[in-house]
Amino acid sequence: MSGVVQVAGELIATRRVGAYHHLTLVAPGIAELAHPGQFVALAVGGPTSANLLRRCFSIHRVKPSGTHGGTVDVVVAAHGPGTVWLTGRRAHDPVDVVGPLGRPFPLPAAPVPCVLVGGGYGSAPLFWLAEALRERGCHVEMVLGAASEDRLFGVVEARRTADGVTVTTDDGSSGRRGWVSDVLGEVIDRAGAGVVYGCGPMAMLRSVTDIATAHGAVAQVAVEESMACGVGVCMTCVLPVTGNDGVTRMVRSCVEGPVFRGDRVRWDAFGGGICRVPDDALGAPREGGH
Amino acid sequence: MVDMTTALGSMVLPNPVMTASGCAANGQELDRFFPVSDLGAFVTKTVMAQPRSGRGTPRMAETASGMLNSIGLQGPGIDVFVEKDLAWLKSTGARALVSIAGTTAEEFGDVAERLAASPAYDAVVGVEVNISCPNVANRGLVFACDALSSERVVRLVRERLPSGTPIFAKLTPDVTDIVLIAGAAIKAGADGLTMINTLLGMVIDTDLLRPQLAGVTGGLSGPAVRPVAVRALWQVTAAMREGRLPTRPLIGVGGVRTGRDALELVAAGASAVQVGTATFNDPSAPRRVVDELEAEVARHGLVRFADAVGIAHERMARP
Repeated sequence: MSGVVQVAGELIATRRVGAYHHLTLVAPGIAELAHPGQFVALAVGGPTSANLLRRCFSIHRVKPSGTHGGTVDVVVAAHGPGTVWLTGRRAHDPVDVVGPLGRPFPLPAAPVPCVLVGGGYGSAPLFWLAEALRERGCHVEMVLGAASEDRLFGVVEARRTADGVTVTTDDGSSGRRGWVSDVLGEVIDRAGAGVVYGCGPMAMLRSVTDIATAHGAVAQVAVEESMACGVGVCMTCVLPVTGNDGVTRMVRSCVEGPVFRGDRVRWDAFGGGICRVPDDALGAPREGGH
Repeated sequence: MVDMTTALGSMVLPNPVMTASGCAANGQELDRFFPVSDLGAFVTKTVMAQPRSGRGTPRMAETASGMLNSIGLQGPGIDVFVEKDLAWLKSTGARALVSIAGTTAEEFGDVAERLAASPAYDAVVGVEVNISCPNVANRGLVFACDALSSERVVRLVRERLPSGTPIFAKLTPDVTDIVLIAGAAIKAGADGLTMINTLLGMVIDTDLLRPQLAGVTGGLSGPAVRPVAVRALWQVTAAMREGRLPTRPLIGVGGVRTGRDALELVAAGASAVQVGTATFNDPSAPRRVVDELEAEVARHGLVRFADAVGIAHERMARP
């Protein structure tokens, strides 16, 4: 496990971006340690909050120093009591921050072309990743998709950061009507991509993995599993992943992930809003269950 | 300066604050935030004989001032645990209170035996016998719901461990009379009791109109259950003070977030306190509670932590 800090952070800027909120927090010590794909866990509601569980957000970007000290940016969709509290904070309000957490996106050793796929605000960490890839000489294509235009995140930033950008929306309000999976194959082929990075809903990551594999690329996906702690102690954010030894284990997405090779995730276990333990997983329940 | 040492039978700890089983993994994760050897003891995640995957997801639901969990005792099995986790705890100088479980009484005994045979056993200051995890497929296997089953498990574990190792039976409050179960565990040779495990609960997802947890039911923990822990500690301590139960040390657990919360359990009768779900909110919580509890004891003018244990029983207003 890599370096992590817990800091009494301070919100210094909050702004609406389409359907989302873009928050900038002063959180000294995190920027120096962080890499694209890692996340932060924010406490919500203050020290006597009835909402005890931390909310985890992929790091959108970091700045090691500035007038206020190191900052961390995250993108939040207000859909529950914790995220509503967070998006209701004003500049200079305190927010307890733990991070950086999890394993970052692995970067290719050689300058291979890459495709970065973001669903909704799942695109948040991809711009920072794109910069790191281009610094290594990789050609970078981005594919951003969402239900509608207001749910896309970072299209302007993508055009600034990537060599090519393709946008899809379910309702056709921006870019091509349809899903990212409708265009991904042709983007991979056109770019001659060796790696596809994906971040977004689980169903999208599954199809990103299938398409990448079919088009000869390796998929690296950052999964979204609900977490209680973010630091590896609660065992709630597990998913079945096959290791180098061929054995499937229920592994913590906060410590072993959130980035996994897509072809190692046991997508067959997901369905109907739950994830089962595959029968062949290490220590899987025998008759009667756990 | 307050003397914060506490004696749990033959085990003397430098302070009375511990992690709670299943809320701290096996130490390496929290050691990034504070040295786990600073705690009175580190309570490990319940380990069984074999590797165990646990349940599917969702495993967690947030509730008012608490949460439900439905992990299903995921773990590496006792052999990997002693080789990796216990060896690591030993290397840090931490005092390990090892939580064990089995699906049968024999499995409890087997796990205890393999633990006692491990090269890192000198890091073990006690064994917590988890006879009360609610997340098992067969509710009939919650041994602590039944006095006879509790007795059989504790007796087997007692037989397989060196007599110098104190054992603590962890009890559930989900019983009609916790004093009865406490008595059975003590009679079977428990040196002390840990109270309480989570309470069995359930949440319905009101969008999907179905149970939110994949395992349907889960264990309720967090500040919401603290009054239940205080009540259980109070009842068992009262029975000991009245001579209805032999006197044994109690470890309090349930909803402790601050030193003040810890003092509440102590005043009800706990000689040590575990910090559980609060760790998810604040990974530094167990270490913070060490300092906060010391300040609370000092605030009351006490020079020895031990003098605060069960103090509320002596301060009842008499009508």
